[in-house]
Amino acid sequence: MSGQRLSIACTVNGTPHASEVEARLLLSDYLRHELGLTGTHVGCEHGVCGACTVLLDGVSVRSCLVFAGQADGAEVTTVESLAEPDAPLNKLQSAFRDEHGLQCGFCTPGILMSLTALSNEESRPTSGQIDEVLGGHLCRCTGYRNIRRAAEKALR
Amino acid sequence: MKPPSFEYSRPATIADAVSMIAQGGDDAKVLAGGQSLIPLLNFRLAAPRLLVDLNRVTELVYTRRDNGMLRFGAMTRTREVETSRTVADANPLLAHAARWIGHVQIRNRGTVGGSVAHADPAAELPALSVLLGAELKVVSPRGERTLPAEGFFHGLMTTGLAVDELLVEVAIPALPHGARWGFREFAQRHGDFAVAGAACMLSGDNARVVIFGVSDAPVRCLTAERELTGKLDAAAVDAAVGRAREQLANTDDGGRRTYEREVAEAMLRRALEDAAGRGES
Amino acid sequence: MTFPGRYSGTAVKRVEDDRLLRGGGRYTDDIDLPGQLGAALVRSVYANARIVSIDTSAAKKALGVRLVLTGHDLGKLNDPLPLLGPNPALIAPRTQRPLATERVHYVGEAVALVVADNRYLAEDAAALVDVQYEPLTPVVDLDQAGTTEARVHDDVEGNLAGIVEDRIGDPAAAFSSASHVERLHLSLERSTASPIEGRAVLAAWDPVRRHLQVWDSTQAPVAIKHGLCKMLDLSQEQVDVVAPDVGGGFGTKIMLFYPEELLVPYAALKLGRPVKWTEDRWEHFVSANQERGQVHDAEVAFDDDGHILAVRTSFVHDTGAYIPYGIAVPANTLTHVLGQYRITNYEARGRILYTNKTPVSPYRGAGRPHAVFVMERLICEVARKLGLEPHEVRRRNLIQADEFPYETGLHIDAPVRYDSGDYVKGLEEAVKLLDPEAFRREQAGAREVGRYLGMGMGTYVEATGPAPYESCRGKITEAGHAVFDLAIASQGQGHETSMAQIAADVLDIPLDQVVIRGGDSSRVEDGIGTFGSRSLLLGGNAVAAAALDLRRQLTDYAAQLFECDPSDIGLSAGWFQVAGSPGKRVSLSALASLANAFGYPGQRTRDDDPALLGQLQARADAHRSTPPIFESRGYFGAGQQLYGSGVHAATVEVDPATGYVKILKYVVVHDCGRMINPAIVEGQILGGLVQGIGGALLEKLEYDESGQPRSTSFMDFRLPTIDDLPEVAIAHVETPSPLNPLGVKGTGEAGIVPVSALLAEAIEDALAPFGVSVDRMPLLPHDVAALIRAAKTAKGTAASA
Repeated sequence: MSGQRLSIACTVNGTPHASEVEARLLLSDYLRHELGLTGTHVGCEHGVCGACTVLLDGVSVRSCLVFAGQADGAEVTTVESLAEPDAPLNKLQSAFRDEHGLQCGFCTPGILMSLTALSNEESRPTSGQIDEVLGGHLCRCTGYRNIRRAAEKALR
Repeated sequence: MKPPSFEYSRPATIADAVSMIAQGGDDAKVLAGGQSLIPLLNFRLAAPRLLVDLNRVTELVYTRRDNGMLRFGAMTRTREVETSRTVADANPLLAHAARWIGHVQIRNRGTVGGSVAHADPAAELPALSVLLGAELKVVSPRGERTLPAEGFFHGLMTTGLAVDELLVEVAIPALPHGARWGFREFAQRHGDFAVAGAACMLSGDNARVVIFGVSDAPVRCLTAERELTGKLDAAAVDAAVGRAREQLANTDDGGRRTYEREVAEAMLRRALEDAAGRGES
Repeated sequence: MTFPGRYSGTAVKRVEDDRLLRGGGRYTDDIDLPGQLGAALVRSVYANARIVSIDTSAAKKALGVRLVLTGHDLGKLNDPLPLLGPNPALIAPRTQRPLATERVHYVGEAVALVVADNRYLAEDAAALVDVQYEPLTPVVDLDQAGTTEARVHDDVEGNLAGIVEDRIGDPAAAFSSASHVERLHLSLERSTASPIEGRAVLAAWDPVRRHLQVWDSTQAPVAIKHGLCKMLDLSQEQVDVVAPDVGGGFGTKIMLFYPEELLVPYAALKLGRPVKWTEDRWEHFVSANQERGQVHDAEVAFDDDGHILAVRTSFVHDTGAYIPYGIAVPANTLTHVLGQYRITNYEARGRILYTNKTPVSPYRGAGRPHAVFVMERLICEVARKLGLEPHEVRRRNLIQADEFPYETGLHIDAPVRYDSGDYVKGLEEAVKLLDPEAFRREQAGAREVGRYLGMGMGTYVEATGPAPYESCRGKITEAGHAVFDLAIASQGQGHETSMAQIAADVLDIPLDQVVIRGGDSSRVEDGIGTFGSRSLLLGGNAVAAAALDLRRQLTDYAAQLFECDPSDIGLSAGWFQVAGSPGKRVSLSALASLANAFGYPGQRTRDDDPALLGQLQARADAHRSTPPIFESRGYFGAGQQLYGSGVHAATVEVDPATGYVKILKYVVVHDCGRMINPAIVEGQILGGLVQGIGGALLEKLEYDESGQPRSTSFMDFRLPTIDDLPEVAIAHVETPSPLNPLGVKGTGEAGIVPVSALLAEAIEDALAPFGVSVDRMPLLPHDVAALIRAAKTAKGTAASA
């Protein structure tokens, strides 16, 4: 790639990474294609759909609106961290399966991360807080009702 | 949609940031929260030669109450405005309105300074800055100056910032004790840019009314304010809304914003009714 | 097979969810291959223009660029892409060339392909391709497309692509003798399905195997494979196409062919390196197919009791710049107008017109939403004229339960015959849930305090399972798994689960011994695709047929080993049991390993009796020279489409100050015949109706006068969020279809079909005090406000006149 390169050192799902990246590389592309963590998806690249949502230092952000270089020194958490490969789904993930809260699954990881951030902040979020967090995500398949049910089941 | 190439600097201090911005001139853009700028870059609607990333300038991150002012460092996240106890105590109108800025995931990155400097006519913080009489501290190689928010917003995404100036602080007066306030905006979906909105603050005989979304900058409604210096009853609300309607109707835009004006009028009415329901009479 | 079996009819949790929830889905862009390059397209910036010149010299020299192609480099490969649905109704069919060379016909049309080391560099280089255009007057408004001098295609007069028409009975006579006739002019605006995952194609040529592998976010991988073989002149063994996990389709991903679906594989062949193209959201808004633009003049003739004597509609359909999918959408409109009603005089004529906009192919609903909009608006006119409740007019005109199969007399490609249904029950259920009388009281009270509530309803039928068939390949593995491969794949519909339920019930084995795989042409090379609400209906029955055949083969083998008659073998919960001899039983796993010369035991053999297994082993070994291989093929075609049906109804509140429409209560009564997985069915309904709410109240594609799309991001085109989900009550009516062994009908599109119609009625009902009529959708808040403003002005004018 052309353009300025930067060194970045960040921790992703607990694993340290040191890379050299172009300044304009989006965090979403860094996670997906440099690190192979393809669970985070890209739907719009302008911050509306929420499919790319990850945690940056514990806080939910659109990874399509952060440059990889901006994650230097930060901790990034993605959907792959929610359950070890040979361990069962966590409580939130299981609730989604129980409630048929996903169909194509494309928007799901972003939603899981936003809800994870919420549950980290609030031990028992209100329905209003859940809906507020979910309001930042687009899903074209489910009509949202089962997503809400899954979130309520897991977090309340 | 991938962004075009740019040079990138991430200063650690205000002084370094200011000097980089000055060197960059017209070709440089400041990267604050990135929630407005990065979409523009991704769409290739902007192609700055240099991006000055402020996310390392920790001196720009603070929320302080000092005497009657709430001082926000420019890089304070709008999520902080929403959730901070200090803000809720000093200016509940601000805390309430912050919930309307996009979604949580946007507020986690978006900044106070970024929102004010970006000056989107449908944005909440520019409108509230004008309503509340905010003071904007800007720094350049030539020194520091403080600008009143009123008069800062010149037009569509255009402000009083010179090309080599950096907005470093937004200072918003705390609400006077017993002040009544209202904030209403209408958006197609919660979190969208507002179609139009209105905010009001009444304290004693001091009334302030701002409408946003109907013009290229927030609009202060002086004639409406004059109807609100006495008792806040239905007649006063009607009169204020009527004055605002007249003022807005005097814009020469060929009827392009008829709908926005209608919505703004309705939002103002509701904001005033909310204010009447808050605080003492 | 008895239905429901152990699994069918139950809301079994989805098999696919585990990997999707872990972030282990594999969507096309997730796949990165060594040496992979990234592609970008240069797209037209004019709606209608001649291409004067294309200068790729700067692009070719840009950093990391490996290939820049224009149509001039492609030779015969740049011939117009296939016409999917040829039909005599098409007068002037035109399909797109992979890369435009002489003319561009819509903003977004592909003009050049750039391949570079990655997408970032490809976009940089694409910006350097210099295309000089000579703009021409574009055809933008559908209302004028038939009469304007401007031409989308130079050689197509009047921009007329084709005409669909049909007639039953004698509408002319009915209209001239009717006591009442009402006319409406109705329009639906263009919209787009907008799945959250855009399109994507990855192709790689393996020089060792001499094989082209393509991953495509498509709804029809097998069809893409066959097309590529033909266009690239490769044999069937040399090409395979896989649809991996796909993030939503809704019709958009089954255009066949998009230019990129040919260009990317071609580039991979030419460069000898994998090439990937991943659509971005802006591209999706300008170059992924759209739909819904249609304008109708409609008339209804009726008597004093509200019986509909005849319906006529003449309409124009916006097919955009090309017509790759033939007449499907307007034909669907034509055949769906009559819906649940007994109307014996009907005439429809639709002119299909080109416009200088993104091409049109089916979007969930595919012409049915238009039909329902027309019919239900006419019903409301009848009701208004006679002072009746619309639901009463509906009731008086419904086809009765004893009239099935119901022959409409219409015919487009196949007779339109409703196989089963109970529309009377459906309407009764909906009316019960809606409680119109209580609502009218509430509405009256609300009006007194300046609040505007309204009620609306929409009935529909849904033709499902377009021809010709689907196919399935089944086998039993040595470990005792029943694996079924389908040509079709899922984009969220849960095939891996619902089809497994069917197979597990036909075979009577545990669900976790069934594996369903789809969307890989290397496993099944014949089959059509996922669209038209056909997958469970046709694919599910193909699975059932394949499973039934396997069951017979397994039973025969068990009988051979037990030295008895196959009719003495019973199969239950995965055990083959000799009737009358409780100890003589063998598990499916054991049977499968016995059949295999290497005999590796499956996981479930531990519950088998070792001594008995020993005996069976000896008999199996005695017959090794003719080993049983448990493989089967299943096909299913129904011979006609099968008709689901339903009723949606809702109450709304309209805020006249902002035009905002809030849905208070939403009810659905739904009939898709037997339900294999009720949770999946309800998921489809909910998803469809929320998508429909978006299409009715939130989403709009805006264009300026020069045909420039103005809605090219999610900030302009606003999809519904959780805030737009109303409270929904869903009731089911099940009238099994007699035309397939499972008794199922399709259901994927049902949720969206009546939404615009019923919301139009509800908004009109709410704003009746203002004198507002609704004859177009969508209605965004500013549109509702404009309607109120106009109605107030008209009243003011009338008052002062």
